[in-house]
Amino acid sequence: MSVLTAEKLKSFYVLDILGAEKVVKAVNEVDLEIRENEIYGIAGESGCGKTTLLKALYASIEPPLRLISGRVFYVRDSQEIDVYSLSKEEKRRLRWEYIAYIPQGAMSVLNPVIKLKQTYRDFLDSHVAGKTKKEAFDMTREHINKLGLPAKILDAYPHQLSGGMRQRVTIALAALLKPRIMFADEPTTALDVVVQRGVIQLLKGIQEILGNTIVLVTHDMGVHANLTDRIGIMYAGKMIEEAKTEEIFGNSLHPYTQYLINSLPKFGDKGSRESAPGSPPSLVDLPSGCPFHPRCPYAFDICTEQMPEFLDVGNHHKVACWLMKEGKDAIAS
Amino acid sequence: MVRVVKDLFKDYRFAFSFSIFCLLVIFAALSTFSPYDPTFWFHAPRNLPASWTHFLGTNSKGQDIFWQATFAIRNSLIISVIAGVVSRVIAVLVGLVAGYRGRTTDRVLMFISDGLLVMPLFLIIVLLAMLVRERMNLVNLGLLLAFFGWAWDARVIRSQVLSLREREFTQTAILSGTGTLKLVIKEYLPFVTPLVFSTLINNMSWAIGMEITLSIVGLTNMDIPTLGTMLQWAISYQSLLLGLWTWLLTPVILSIFLFIALYWLSVSISEYLDPRTRVQRVGEK
Amino acid sequence: MLGGYFLFASEKEEALTFTFVRRYFIPRLIQYFLVIFLGITAVFFIPRFAPTDPVQRTIAELRSRGTYLDPATVQDMVDDLRELYGLGGSWLEQYGTFWKRVFTVDFGISFFQFPTPVIDLIRTALPWTLSLLILTTMLSWVIGNVIGGVAGYFARNRWLRILDSIAMVIRPMPYYIFALALLILFTYVLRWFPIAGGTAIGRKAAFNLDFILDVLKHAFLPALSLVILGGVIWFQTMKLIVQNVNAEDFVQYAKLGGIKERRIVFRYVIRNAMLPQVTGLGLSLGQILSGALITEIVFSYPGLGTLLFHAIITGDYNLIMGITAISILAITTMILVIDLLYPLWDPRVKYR
Repeated sequence: MSVLTAEKLKSFYVLDILGAEKVVKAVNEVDLEIRENEIYGIAGESGCGKTTLLKALYASIEPPLRLISGRVFYVRDSQEIDVYSLSKEEKRRLRWEYIAYIPQGAMSVLNPVIKLKQTYRDFLDSHVAGKTKKEAFDMTREHINKLGLPAKILDAYPHQLSGGMRQRVTIALAALLKPRIMFADEPTTALDVVVQRGVIQLLKGIQEILGNTIVLVTHDMGVHANLTDRIGIMYAGKMIEEAKTEEIFGNSLHPYTQYLINSLPKFGDKGSRESAPGSPPSLVDLPSGCPFHPRCPYAFDICTEQMPEFLDVGNHHKVACWLMKEGKDAIAS
Repeated sequence: MVRVVKDLFKDYRFAFSFSIFCLLVIFAALSTFSPYDPTFWFHAPRNLPASWTHFLGTNSKGQDIFWQATFAIRNSLIISVIAGVVSRVIAVLVGLVAGYRGRTTDRVLMFISDGLLVMPLFLIIVLLAMLVRERMNLVNLGLLLAFFGWAWDARVIRSQVLSLREREFTQTAILSGTGTLKLVIKEYLPFVTPLVFSTLINNMSWAIGMEITLSIVGLTNMDIPTLGTMLQWAISYQSLLLGLWTWLLTPVILSIFLFIALYWLSVSISEYLDPRTRVQRVGEK
Repeated sequence: MLGGYFLFASEKEEALTFTFVRRYFIPRLIQYFLVIFLGITAVFFIPRFAPTDPVQRTIAELRSRGTYLDPATVQDMVDDLRELYGLGGSWLEQYGTFWKRVFTVDFGISFFQFPTPVIDLIRTALPWTLSLLILTTMLSWVIGNVIGGVAGYFARNRWLRILDSIAMVIRPMPYYIFALALLILFTYVLRWFPIAGGTAIGRKAAFNLDFILDVLKHAFLPALSLVILGGVIWFQTMKLIVQNVNAEDFVQYAKLGGIKERRIVFRYVIRNAMLPQVTGLGLSLGQILSGALITEIVFSYPGLGTLLFHAIITGDYNLIMGITAISILAITTMILVIDLLYPLWDPRVKYR
């Protein structure tokens, strides 16, 4: 049962620098289908468009970011909702109740001059009418406790808490209204390993309790391995591979994914790690055809001319690579 | 440089205020052609309405209002230029020294500067003006105002110097043996100069306002025509009640235009210099 | 489960509060007394550095008014005046007497209203000035900030941009010119308001509605002048601050969270943008007071401003020094109060 679908999503940044127009193709025709009750990871290098993809899926597009084409559907009560056709108020009401967002740098997203309980109350009041102060506070406290956080943090100001704690508070806040989908953008970055573990466990706990969907964006493959059910690999604004987590780690098909997996250190293996040669392309000046071809060891002519389709090669394993069609013999030879 | 001016003119505020300011300066320059000596009284019949011989009529002291006004603007501008320039010099000196030296010198200088900012300057200037009443003329008034007008800008320049000090080229200069004075003057001044220019205009505006205000309490030299003294004479001769509108409104309207022109000039220049708004402006093209 | 990660122990809280008191309150108190001391010393010294002796000048002025003074009387007058101005004895002695007087709040006898003590004159005028000042400052600060905050948030709104243009025209006006313009417009041209004074002539103070309305009618124009001029400045600075606050992470997050826009504008944007404005208020009090005094002069409002005016005209040094000293005292005290109240608005101060 899918809970969010994206069709041919294209979203670019249109900038005007020193008189010249520059277009950053951050999300360059992406198709996605995310199911209920799963943790879906989106992986890729910095600057490949992951955060923009989240913003586009969340319908939080503001200039200079623009939606060029494509549609995004949420599925609520078996009904498909075209998000971009909603009014501002309808979109606002969906937020937090149906879909929640934990942004990057979640440590600085709390209003510094009000106590946390007031922040929670603001979110509650904006979506749930008619709760008295006491009811709201009790609800919040119960919610916090359930997730294993001490209730007295509600009386604190954000700056009184450590970075990791604020991160967890923000995650708990996202789960407050029991949304069907939660987006988490780099929730573990800039935290030390011990706190990272806490965050991962918190996310896992929430998903288990609520049985909802979490879309997790991070470049840290270790986090993906720990948490996700499925992973989608992004490169230069495109989805190039998508499969169950075990498949990605054990049987990746796209050359880029293979580089990605091979570069991860393995316990006990002291050999040198090889990463993909070169660097990711500028999203302003994309190479023709498949964006990975300049760095790909298997590139042939068609790779420089045409972008491969994102095809299911069996077992819900999708890849966008000419190797799948043409190249199997080429590799052999 | 030409490009800078061309860019500035794209801002309607700069274009408008620059033209007004030029007009006013031309008006002030007209004073050299005045057929009347501004300090004499009764060179024309009193209280005449506007006519071709007397463009704005005459006042109760028998002076032609139009020619009086040219002197008034001229003198007010002179006072403000003196006040502005001298206070810039002080501000730059204080800002550079405080920013570069740091520590105790900085704290002492900033304490004085903050003190001047916070105090009710009007009262202190009144006190001082009362004491030098006899010797009050254009230059002295300008100097008096300069003595108080540097505080805010000293702080602005100081923060600029503080950020410059951290930059790489400072270290390079020091390591290559550049003396402090030479370093500060040669390297920092180009950064500081644009700041100085926009605050100069602000300061001039303040100085003119101060001069006008001091005139109502009679602390400036009433014989020298300035916007303030002209206004004060008009009021003390009951121009309001007698309906001598040209006499009263000429200095008022001239000074309103002058203030708006100076303010818009300073805002457009400082917005032009501000790196943040510069990026926004790029997007607008 | 994961609760042990942060410290919120009460002992640490206590330790922090104590350091806070030490690092925040005490330096400000010291600064407060230092500024008063230096300010009043400056008030003391300035007349003494003058090229002309105030005594000689007073004599000269009397002479210029055509009063005949024979030499013997003149010498007596000089002695009396020296005593009056506190100019007798060596400088150190004078300084000592001066401070003694400050502590007993004795600024000497007024020349302008001889023989009323300066402090009495000030005491009558002070409530008028204080009420006008405090009321208009608070009104202009709150209104200017709220409208500026809304204007900064809804940057593309047409009405708010019109307001901005109006602000660009009013902002550079000095207090005197603006007050004068209002005076001409509303009392001469439109005749809606009385020309001068605090109450109708000859009216006795009484706590009845009639009196209060009369006071309000007289105070309206000076108050309007101050509120508009002050408000315009707060409007513009707030707009600039809000443009920055808009880009802050927590504002973006509130939008992502679907918080109602009204709440975002007030509790997230304006509430945070007000903080630098509070400090700004403290810094501008000197200018605001100066402006208030000047405005009072234009409307002949019976506060310290008009008193100052008469003092200048008659060369009454004692009165001027008294007013200056009281003003310095008032301003530094208000700044101290604002400084002490600031932590209530910004909870982060304790932890810096």
